[in-house]
Amino acid sequence: MIELKSSNFNDEISKGKVLVDFNATWCGPCKMMAPILEATSGEVKDIKFAGLDIDDNEDIAIKYNVMSIPTLILFVDGKEIKRSVGLISHDELIDFLK
Amino acid sequence: MYDIIVVGAGPAGLTAAIYGARAGKSVLVLEAKSYGGQIINTPKIENYPAMPHVSGFDFATDLYNQVLALGVTIKFEKVLDAFDHGEYKLVKGENNEYKTKTLILATGADNRKLGIDKEEELTGHGVSYCASCDGSFFKNKIVAVTGGGNVAIEDANYLSNICSKVYLIHRRDTFRADDADVAELKKKDNVEFILNSNVTKLNGDNVLESIEVTNKITNEVKTIPLSGLFIAVGQVPENENFRDLVNIDDRGYIIANESCETNVPGIFVAGDARTKTLRQLVTAEADGAIAATSASRIK
Repeated sequence: MIELKSSNFNDEISKGKVLVDFNATWCGPCKMMAPILEATSGEVKDIKFAGLDIDDNEDIAIKYNVMSIPTLILFVDGKEIKRSVGLISHDELIDFLK
Repeated sequence: MYDIIVVGAGPAGLTAAIYGARAGKSVLVLEAKSYGGQIINTPKIENYPAMPHVSGFDFATDLYNQVLALGVTIKFEKVLDAFDHGEYKLVKGENNEYKTKTLILATGADNRKLGIDKEEELTGHGVSYCASCDGSFFKNKIVAVTGGGNVAIEDANYLSNICSKVYLIHRRDTFRADDADVAELKKKDNVEFILNSNVTKLNGDNVLESIEVTNKITNEVKTIPLSGLFIAVGQVPENENFRDLVNIDDRGYIIANESCETNVPGIFVAGDARTKTLRQLVTAEADGAIAATSASRIK
């Protein structure tokens, strides 16, 4: 999992498939999501897994209209392809990434 | 064959696992999503005896680790159906089938939806079921809360400290919530009560822009421009898959007695999924203990 910031966000998502997990330290469901993402990142090798703290990087959250966390956005070459809102299971995440 | 299979890894299910394991039984817990149940959405639990301030996440994680340390297997697999074969029960998961002597259903409950157009599409885009999770996205914005119970009033109170304006929309003019909390909310300058009214329409394409509210008495329809709608109209039990297995009341709760027994011998129910008067962390755990102890007595 890569930690994204406003400063490196565009660079990091610009090439290939990147899954960004929008989260915050105070959000229980986000903390539940973390180990599921960690485990899945080991299985899905062609996607880069990244996280973004919405409190430290509010501008990015606003830019992508993130209004609920956890929100997962899949980017391909910098473009949003899919998003999922709320805690999902390992199997649901695998389906989402297909 | 397991001695006990528990469906659901919320506080009721995990407590059942502790009591089952400590009674020397083989226990499998099946969970569709992640451990902890609804309590993970609560930033601070303040009514749990002897633990005055604990976060829902920490509480759930401690409970989960306690269960794992007892040697209980927890599998993340959704249960689709279960069948009673007398001596044993057959549990059908998404990937596997399991046999067990006894079954404890601790499936919990989920947020009740309003059931109106665009509700699902706008969830996460202005529509939310968790003020403490999503409230900070609406700093200095206009929001509404719909509901009349404790959660709705607590949410409105919490949001009134963050948002410029909070509408509290409730279908009646009396509240199930505690009087003291309602009185407190009424004192706030930036809170407006809209009573005897329902949210009947959500407007906005990618993001919620306004809602329509219909007064039940006058039929007057009012459009309110806002950024967020927090829905707190109670819970629905997640028992649909077990409708053919055990007796369920007309509100969807599995009918249980004091010992958490259902109408089927060897099948028990614990926590929010069962008929009861108070759905709280402490009562869910009490159910878990009782159900597992009852299940452990079956030879």
